[in-house]
Amino acid sequence: MFNIQSSPHFKPSLNVSQIMQGVLFALIPGVVVMLWLYGWGVLINIVICVILALLFEAASLKLRNRPIVPYLKDYSAILTAVLLALALPPLAPLWLLTIGIFFAIVIAKQLYGGLGYNPFNPAMVAYAILIISFPTEMTTYWQSPSLLHEQLGSQSLGLLASLQFQLFGILPADIAFDSLTSATPLDLVKTLLGNGTSTISEIQAQGVTFGSFAGKGVEWINLAFLVGGLWMIYKRYINWHIPTAFLATLFLMSLFFGYGIDSDSHVSPFFHLFSGATMLGAFFIATDPITASTTVKGRLIFGAGIGFFIYVIRVWGGYPDAVAFAVLIMNMVVPLLDYYTQPRVYGHTKQSDSQAEQLKDEQV
Amino acid sequence: MSESFTRQVSQNIRKVFSFHGGIKLPGRKSLSLQHGIKTARVPNKLFLPLSQHLGQAATPAVKVGDKVLKGQLIADLDGPISARIHAPSSGTIVDINQLPIPHPSALKADCIVIETDGKDEWIEHQGASSPEKLTKHEIRHYIEQAGIVGLGGAVFPSAVKLDVSPDKIIHTIVINAAECEPYITCDDMLMRERAEEVILGARLIQKALNAKRCLVGIEDNKPEAYEKLLKATANYSDDGVQVVQVPAIYPAGGEKQLIKVLTDVEVPTQGLPTDVGIICHNVGTAAAVYKAVYHGEPLISRIITLTGQAIKKPGNYEALFGTPLGNLLEEVEYEPEQVERLLIGGPMMGFSLNDLRAPLIKSCNCILASSQNELDTPPPAMPCIRCARCAESCPMSLLPQQMYWYSKSRDMEKIQDYNIFDCIECGCCSYVCPSNIPLVQYFRYAKSEIWGDENDKQKADLARERHEFQELRKERAKAEKARAAAKRKAALAKKKAAEEKKKAAADAAENAPTDEKTQIKGEKQGKEKKAQVPENAANKSKDEEDPIKAAMQRVKEKKAKTKADSSTQPKNMDNLTPAQQKQIDEADARRAANTPEADKEKQEQDINV
Repeated sequence: MFNIQSSPHFKPSLNVSQIMQGVLFALIPGVVVMLWLYGWGVLINIVICVILALLFEAASLKLRNRPIVPYLKDYSAILTAVLLALALPPLAPLWLLTIGIFFAIVIAKQLYGGLGYNPFNPAMVAYAILIISFPTEMTTYWQSPSLLHEQLGSQSLGLLASLQFQLFGILPADIAFDSLTSATPLDLVKTLLGNGTSTISEIQAQGVTFGSFAGKGVEWINLAFLVGGLWMIYKRYINWHIPTAFLATLFLMSLFFGYGIDSDSHVSPFFHLFSGATMLGAFFIATDPITASTTVKGRLIFGAGIGFFIYVIRVWGGYPDAVAFAVLIMNMVVPLLDYYTQPRVYGHTKQSDSQAEQLKDEQV
Repeated sequence: MSESFTRQVSQNIRKVFSFHGGIKLPGRKSLSLQHGIKTARVPNKLFLPLSQHLGQAATPAVKVGDKVLKGQLIADLDGPISARIHAPSSGTIVDINQLPIPHPSALKADCIVIETDGKDEWIEHQGASSPEKLTKHEIRHYIEQAGIVGLGGAVFPSAVKLDVSPDKIIHTIVINAAECEPYITCDDMLMRERAEEVILGARLIQKALNAKRCLVGIEDNKPEAYEKLLKATANYSDDGVQVVQVPAIYPAGGEKQLIKVLTDVEVPTQGLPTDVGIICHNVGTAAAVYKAVYHGEPLISRIITLTGQAIKKPGNYEALFGTPLGNLLEEVEYEPEQVERLLIGGPMMGFSLNDLRAPLIKSCNCILASSQNELDTPPPAMPCIRCARCAESCPMSLLPQQMYWYSKSRDMEKIQDYNIFDCIECGCCSYVCPSNIPLVQYFRYAKSEIWGDENDKQKADLARERHEFQELRKERAKAEKARAAAKRKAALAKKKAAEEKKKAAADAAENAPTDEKTQIKGEKQGKEKKAQVPENAANKSKDEEDPIKAAMQRVKEKKAKTKADSSTQPKNMDNLTPAQQKQIDEADARRAANTPEADKEKQEQDINV
């Protein structure tokens, strides 16, 4: 007779694809700052990665006999592609991007069953595989930031030149590859402090590593991602638990195990917070709901664990930055966290007995 | 400032607590608040389902052809958890039959049909002469007589709810005036127009339980009703009656949530509010209690909200139970061609109505006739992204997302580990899910599956017990047979010996009459035993052929026998001396006095003293 349907009959319009789009919007400030610092390579990375991701996603869906269009419309593949693109060096060649996206979309996501079923963060799986397999490209293909061009006498590529280099590996005749790149601040700090040749004050004197409050150049990128992240919390696309626990732990670790002990051989906690991929990791990568813990306590532990491992690997481990490894390690712990941090269900303790006693005795 | 003013202020700021989760919903209540409560027309025929409450369906107390008056009892209690049903108007009983009722299953149920005579003539009725002085037992009696059930939606018989075991002290009555579902305003209107009745009814419930406190919880989106309630309670502040505004967060009107908000006490899982000294009643129930006690009127009507954009004259109507819902919709001029969905209840927990002939019953608080695009239809479900918005919104602090995985994979043990039976099916999780997964449906499915499994298990257990019992019987029968055979052998040997002895005796004295007698008797016995043997053999072969049939037959026989035994008087009771008879009578009287019911009454009297 009439439309027969099960309750509830109210449904707000927020859906998965809107959440993913919201996260993409929140990335814009960070992307703009990166473009300013690193040049066209950033945008080329994003465009290539998105196109590849959509192709791989569509092909996988087709092979798996799943509807293609509705799943492409959820924006999850695009988000993964953009996050990976931002994590890769701005001068990354096409083959590196292709391998990365293949692992992210096909291996880490679709082979596990697609959206919602992957235990590991796809972008971080791809990043880890690339940095282990191709350490040279991953660490040396970093365009030197425009802020340092004068100091270092370095250059950057125009749009066409950049495209030509990334697609075909051809540089304009008048530009040497070495003049394009420079080590990242985290990398510099690690090598210089690691081999014990310099103190913080000596590094500072060189004037290329430290900016106003953290790594030169990258501090502004991190600040922009922080702004985007706070906006996402305000819009409730993500919740505050993971980023807060993440950043607080990283801050405290570097305070108590480094800067607080010896400020001349350890960088400040702010340097850790605003260098490398810290803010991108805290607000955009660790908060991926699919691979993070689902309970409040679990999320706090999950975030804190990532902060902890980032510091451990950055300072005592073999890599200058460690967001990917830290996130993957904590991804493994998620089922355990979810199981052992279940919230107390209403009416499931004796605690209410004492409350009831109190109420009974309370004067009217 | 005067003392009463200070008291008023301190009352108004009674601390409210919060429950986990919950959601803000659009109210859409103004639609049905444009005018006061109107009385719906008496239809030509009233259809009264025998089961309008939780528990055992009532048994008809009338037959087809009977004339009934308004308020006359037409169906009586059946079992300890049941509720009476009364004729909502005067007329003739024309049918008692399976007819459509408002239920999500769309199945039919037994109904009494009254053809109204248009006179609407009341049966003689009378309220308590001094309601303030009634004992708790008397109040409960009035409530039971009036067939009052919880009008908030659960329709649990109110008299049973008030029948708290004497070892439990009830200190707080919670009157649920929250009405948290969108669209519904029947409680709001009731409080605006009859706040006095609500409070008097609440006072009666409070008295019936000797509770020192009565908290009326009302959502802060009903300022007018709140004002009216405050006025109505002004005289009762010394009796612990307090009206408390609670934030309008769905589902604040859930019993467990409202109790938490008002008292910070949680109802234990699998338990009842009485376990923590609290009882919760709806405002509509309180008003019905008032009518029953003060005027002696049974529960024959209720206020129902008729709303939605497909209705031209939405509002609240006081309608008789049994009125076909189609009649009500016609009265408010609904536009059938506009209707997209027709719901009983609100948009969060209501269900689709499938038959307009279904009557108004005690649980119906709202009919929502929505037009195109007024309500939402969720798009096809996408995979769960584990965002945990469901867990954040769950008012029971459950993990719907985990429960969803396990109900999907039909892991019924694991889903119970995640406490699915604490789920109140409020629909918050489905509402917030960005993947549009119909979570509540999964949980309803899992619950019914578990109930089904439990049922199957019980049946299997019963079958196993029966089988084991049958084996036991077989064993026993075998042992008995063996014993009988041994006995027979012994008897035979004895007889032989006796015969030999007799022969010897006969040799000695041939014409002794006593010996002949013994011989005949002996022969007779022998014949009987012989006759028994083939019968047993026949039984045995039959047993082997069809043991189950035989076992069933035996059980039947035994049952019949025990039944017959129990119905006959003990044999040794004939020819008693007067002294013995007196002793027995006394014992019987003691026994009668010790039945649980009498026990309770006695205890109550003690308490009242």
